[in-house]
Amino acid sequence: MEQYVIEMEHITKEFGSFKANDDITLKLKKGEIHALLGENGAGKSTLMSVLFGLYQPEQGTIRMNGKPVTINNPNDANALGIGMVHQHFKLVHNFTVLESIVLGHESVKHRFLKMDEARKKVVELSERYKFKIDPDALISDITVGMQQRVEILKMLYCDNDVLIFDEPTAVLTPQEIDELMKVMKQLVSEGKSILFITHKLAEIKAVADRCTVLRKGRCIGTIDVAGASKEEMSEMMVGRKVDFVVEKKEMKPLGTALSVRDMTIRSKRTGKNVVDHVSFEVKKGEIVCIAGIDGNGQSELVYGITGLMGIDEGQVFLNGKDITKESIRRKCLDGVAHIPEDRHKHGMVLDYTLKENLILQNYYTPQFDKHGFLRFDEIDKYAEKLIERYDIRSAHGAESIARGMSGGNQQKAVIARELDRNPEIVIAVQPVRGLDVGAIEYIHRQIIAQRDAGKAVLLVSFELDEVMNVSDRILVMYEGKIVADVKPEDVTIQELGLYMAGTGKGDAAC
Amino acid sequence: MLKQKNKKGNEGVESFLSSVLAVAAGLLFGLFILLITNSNEMFSGFLTILQGGFVDGMSGISQTLYLATPIVMTGLSVGFAWKTGLFNIGASGQFTVGAYVAVLIGVKCTGLPGSIHWLIAILGAAAAGALWGLVPGFLKAVANVNEVISSIMMNYIGLYLTNLLITKTVYDQTGNQSVSVAKTAYLPKAGLDKLFPEANLNIGILIAVLFVVGMYILINKTAFGYELKACGKNPDASRYAGINARKNIILSMVIAGALSGVGGALLYLSDFGKHMQVLDVIASQGFSGISVALLGLSNPFGILLASLFIAHITIGGYNLQLLSFTPELIDIIISAIIYFGAFSLLFKTFIRRWTKKSKREETAS
Repeated sequence: MEQYVIEMEHITKEFGSFKANDDITLKLKKGEIHALLGENGAGKSTLMSVLFGLYQPEQGTIRMNGKPVTINNPNDANALGIGMVHQHFKLVHNFTVLESIVLGHESVKHRFLKMDEARKKVVELSERYKFKIDPDALISDITVGMQQRVEILKMLYCDNDVLIFDEPTAVLTPQEIDELMKVMKQLVSEGKSILFITHKLAEIKAVADRCTVLRKGRCIGTIDVAGASKEEMSEMMVGRKVDFVVEKKEMKPLGTALSVRDMTIRSKRTGKNVVDHVSFEVKKGEIVCIAGIDGNGQSELVYGITGLMGIDEGQVFLNGKDITKESIRRKCLDGVAHIPEDRHKHGMVLDYTLKENLILQNYYTPQFDKHGFLRFDEIDKYAEKLIERYDIRSAHGAESIARGMSGGNQQKAVIARELDRNPEIVIAVQPVRGLDVGAIEYIHRQIIAQRDAGKAVLLVSFELDEVMNVSDRILVMYEGKIVADVKPEDVTIQELGLYMAGTGKGDAAC
Repeated sequence: MLKQKNKKGNEGVESFLSSVLAVAAGLLFGLFILLITNSNEMFSGFLTILQGGFVDGMSGISQTLYLATPIVMTGLSVGFAWKTGLFNIGASGQFTVGAYVAVLIGVKCTGLPGSIHWLIAILGAAAAGALWGLVPGFLKAVANVNEVISSIMMNYIGLYLTNLLITKTVYDQTGNQSVSVAKTAYLPKAGLDKLFPEANLNIGILIAVLFVVGMYILINKTAFGYELKACGKNPDASRYAGINARKNIILSMVIAGALSGVGGALLYLSDFGKHMQVLDVIASQGFSGISVALLGLSNPFGILLASLFIAHITIGGYNLQLLSFTPELIDIIISAIIYFGAFSLLFKTFIRRWTKKSKREETAS
């Protein structure tokens, strides 16, 4: 008989009349990596939240090592040895790495914190898995990728046996993903069991033993990964065939749309140039992709262009006009569309409804504003149009509170809002982060459609597949500088990886 | 479509019920206090509180309305700032300087015709309150000074400055208070004195209700309200959307200050024997404003209801003295209600569970 660590049987979870999970059965074997595959809003995160005690299911049972258990809250889950790395990290921003990791599991002596042992264990774990993390750095100062490592360390620190990874690779570079895969394999060889939520079929093929596919809240089936092809799995997930390679026709770039000249941004904390004398151009009808490992100045570069951060030197031109010193609102009106890196921080007002979020950039235009009063009928109409056109799914349509929507659908809403404004240049940072193949295909098509309509696109991506597939020209950023300017057809993924790591092709080729 | 509307309606009902539960819990606590102070009279005392302003017929009701008027304004002031994510603890100071300017205009500008004298006094009060809101708003927007600290400071500056100015300009030495305002500066009664004979009532409460409706429209129907709420809920996203957060913080505090200032004017522009006392005590109306804003969940209509209720049981508290209770008891009860009001989220979960359960039973049977 097979030995299962976790058996979730006939789980049903409802939100009002909306069934997020409908009679789902999932069994995790001891020592396996079990992938959970599904589109956005398919119910993956909900199912894992049930297992982690964040939600109580209306029906169904959970058994652990054959014995029925009730998990009422995350503390129960932790006590049972279940740990989770969430898709949206749950970290305290003004804590240090070390404090974040021990939070909830502090060892104390006479009511005083005893950090020495904790520090030793964290450093040891960090070295064991090659995480290279500074235990005294503040969470707010480290990159998203690093924050995720903190989450993983937190889980390992608590000696959990069942590890849930909710889309862990979304923010990592290819090299980091490889390392994470190694870590995951190392963990299962040490006897731990892993539930791995993802949309990325390549990763499932690479590490997972079995895979359960969800679609629209229902369980489609569980398969052995070794015996299934990517195409089969994606068809199970989406319910139709999916193209993996985005079709792109030839496009002759026209005049220059965006021009950045000699831009420098200094870090307020360290005084280092996080963006170091960067100059480049994006032409109309061209997709320029900025590749690089997270934290090499890409975010700051984009903030500098869009106005969210002041720049210390240099200029920005849009269609020949100097927009360096313009306000964010003015830039937006000039045709700068910005799909931000962090949709929760910048992209949305989470306590607003979907429709209120859809008008965030143009609520003041005559379309929605009549003598200072909002035109709700127009807003409703507009929201319905975008929801239909961009297939934004949520429990209560335009009236849904954004906070309750799935990550992918939140992202679709941001993209819908930005692209529908008919911008001159689209600046997109990780636009498909955390999205499923169906949505990625769709969003890439949208971006390419913008290009084909003669718009300029600046795409910042940490995912090399995306970089290679979508871009017309690739700029690689390393430590605040642009270290390479290449065309995708002239370069391999390996070469790009070397540029991103700071060892330019120049050394290898010459 | 219909279902979506229902959902919103449900939320409103839930919020209302949670506040009602807070009130009930607070009153029960009050009953307990009555029990330990004077167990013989506890039920009649409790009844007195519940009857509040309803015992003296029309004059009692008018007294409730009169007492509620300034708290509605300070409540709106606190609630409005809260929508922008600002805690306006300076409503007292804004209220006091507003009241002073209203009295000053009411006493000194006797040359103005009666039809506009009171209106000018109210506008003056609004301007003074706005100025008192502007300072913390400006400091917050420009130097990121916490508005709680700066507006508390403004309370004291307002208090002592007003005391000083009263003694210099409109002082009535025998009562250690301000002199009476000119008749032309009284708020009109507009027939309310016929409806409530021998009662202290003027159009003050109607003006307050007008502001309630105005604030509801401003917050929920205008682009400006949309901006303010966005700044309150997510400052980063509003910056991203090009909203000028500094301008909105300043404007929000200015409007909040003006609302409190008008509250001061509405209280003192009357012939009901109300005068500004020269005391070293911060005006309680400002703090009542915080209470009703909490209890009314910053919803303008909620604030109106909460103010009426607080005024109602305050009168009940006065009447408690007839039964040899101390009138301060009612302050304890009001505090308890506010305290329970802070549990509104907890009450909401109760209500949700309870309605879900009864629904399930319905479908089962």
